[in-house]
Amino acid sequence: MNVLAVREALKSYGATQALGGASFELAQGELLGLLGPNGAGKTTLVRSIAGRVKLGGGSIELLGKPLEGSGGRALLGVVPQEIALYPLLTARENLEAFGRLNGLRRAALAERVAWALEWTALADRAKEPIRHFSGGMKRRLNIACGVLHQPRVILLDEPTVGVDPQSRERIYEMLDKLRAAGASLLLTTHQLEEAEGHCDRIVIIDHGRIIATGTLEELVARTVGHHRRVTIRLDRAPSQPITGFNGGSEGPLLRAQVDDVGAELPALIQRAEAAGCAIQDIEVRRPSLQSVFIHLTGRELRE
Amino acid sequence: MIPTLLWIYWTSLRRDRVAQAMTFLLPIIFFSIFASVFGGRGRDTMSRVPVAVADESHSEMSRRLVRALGREKSLALRTSARPLGAPREAAEVTIDRARAEAMVKDGDLSVALVLPAGIDTSLDRFDGRGQPSTMLSDPSDPIAPQMVAGLLQKVVMTAAPATIAKNGIGAFERYSGPLTPQQRKAMDTWLPMIDQEAAGARDSAASDSGHAGAGGFSGLVRVESVEVLGQKKDNALVSFYAAGIAVMFLLFSASAGGGALLDEVDSGTLDRVLTSSVGMTGLLAGKWLYIALVGVLQICVMFLWGRLAFRLDLFHHLPGFAVMTVVTAATAAAFGLVLATLCRTRQQLSGISTIVILSISAVGGSMFPRFLMSQGMQKMGLFTFNAWALDGYIKVFWRNARVIDLAPQVGVLLAFLTAFLIVARLMARRWERS
Repeated sequence: MNVLAVREALKSYGATQALGGASFELAQGELLGLLGPNGAGKTTLVRSIAGRVKLGGGSIELLGKPLEGSGGRALLGVVPQEIALYPLLTARENLEAFGRLNGLRRAALAERVAWALEWTALADRAKEPIRHFSGGMKRRLNIACGVLHQPRVILLDEPTVGVDPQSRERIYEMLDKLRAAGASLLLTTHQLEEAEGHCDRIVIIDHGRIIATGTLEELVARTVGHHRRVTIRLDRAPSQPITGFNGGSEGPLLRAQVDDVGAELPALIQRAEAAGCAIQDIEVRRPSLQSVFIHLTGRELRE
Repeated sequence: MIPTLLWIYWTSLRRDRVAQAMTFLLPIIFFSIFASVFGGRGRDTMSRVPVAVADESHSEMSRRLVRALGREKSLALRTSARPLGAPREAAEVTIDRARAEAMVKDGDLSVALVLPAGIDTSLDRFDGRGQPSTMLSDPSDPIAPQMVAGLLQKVVMTAAPATIAKNGIGAFERYSGPLTPQQRKAMDTWLPMIDQEAAGARDSAASDSGHAGAGGFSGLVRVESVEVLGQKKDNALVSFYAAGIAVMFLLFSASAGGGALLDEVDSGTLDRVLTSSVGMTGLLAGKWLYIALVGVLQICVMFLWGRLAFRLDLFHHLPGFAVMTVVTAATAAAFGLVLATLCRTRQQLSGISTIVILSISAVGGSMFPRFLMSQGMQKMGLFTFNAWALDGYIKVFWRNARVIDLAPQVGVLLAFLTAFLIVARLMARRWERS
């Protein structure tokens, strides 16, 4: 069952088209990664779902009901990319403020604030103004303030930007708990490894249009294929080209793409040694989201 | 190295219009405003002191004095006015003492002169003990009574020099014996001449001097000064400056409060709040209310300090003070929101609000009483809301005005408030859905 559906979303700013008919769905309990180069339309898409951008065409449905104007979003949680908190308030006060703004009162508010402080591991720092917090602590609180009212659908705009690996892991643990509680998550990120490791499905947007949707396996199969990339480093550049290395060579580096690593790799090693070179290192890489992303969006820099 | 740095800074300045305005326009604007306010730009625009005259003598001498005062270019003399409580179209009648006192109390003018019966015979005494004239004055304007008193001494001499000379010689004869026939003949020839000369010289000479420097001489006319709003209001100016400074700093704090909106835009907090159940109207209303409440507190603190440190009579004026404070703070808060919503960045707000606030504080009378400015500047001040706020406070603390008497000031401030809120709401539309 889809909890969020965006259909043919259109948006232009003057002569610039930000969204050119983007469509995708978010399923119940899913963690969907929305990826795209800079200026591809991710932020416009997320802001339009959040009610902050008025679409020029198309529709958005939340839990089967069309979203109009800026209302009807009580079941939606938005976690902005910025640390959108009040720096002079304590962690608890920030949670209470955003809880109230999202309609929580008295016992329900107190209960959710207590939950959020535990969930973010900030219970022991609850009474401190957050301006003294580390980047990771602010990020966790930033997320908590957006999900305090137990939304069914949560939009997370680059929730791990600028934090260390430990905090990043902690944040994904938090998101897993939200999913376990029944929430569905749409996440934008430039951290492709994170998306690869945590997202159920990937949506790639470019030039305002969705250009690919699916699981990592599906995207790989549709784009770069399942072959592995083998790189062998020799102690020196071979005096003559060595057959079998269909990925080319560059000095002491030999490259090849193989479909069956177990069957094809020993033969490649044997040929390299037969050329009189010693092997220093072997790397076997499976197709990554990075290669899919580059394949789909190109290597050209985006402004 | 240094030329490179100069090039970087100069290029940055060329591309920053706000910085250019702050660097080059701001000093010019400030110079112009302060020169106009404090310099009394141009003689023809200089403030004329309005003064009412009640002639209780009805003598030839008192009429001469009134005419002579009327010719003084630094005075705007009034001898008639509508009767008290009469409709606007009612015919004016000659001002008597009661009407003159009412005019001062109402703030129509800050000084009135009562020429008593018997003033004509008092002038020949030359001992300053004659029938005193009465100067009814408003303590809010400490300069006008001094000026009128000085000019009165002057016009006594210029209006009837022959009479003064004749009475002076009469006094001389009483104490020293009669003049000789030759002296008498010379006097008879000379007296008509000085009256003629005085008449010819009046127009040019009278206006050149606003001050009749008597150089220690107590004067021909005794003047008794009466402050009609209560004698010895030694803290009168304190209440003016308390109001003036409070309103000016209220504007600064309102601007800073409004600026928090720009911080919230930058930090994304505004966006986040707007994705909750709060709309832009609610958000602005909350901000406005908060800034207004802080403003009320700020003014209360200022006046309480005035009470403690300068014996400001706060507690006898609480109702009027409360009304003016609430309305002023509410209007200033809305003004702060206008400034914030007009600006794109905190830096812009900082520069623009400094210019605007200092300008309207100068024109509106926070720094320098408006009644001492030229008439043009006084009229210009009416376009600033803080001038109306200050007028309201002055009414409360100097004229003991009832709350109902504050209706004009409160009405205008509420009109400003409404306009500011509408402008702020319209400007804030750019932060709504794009």
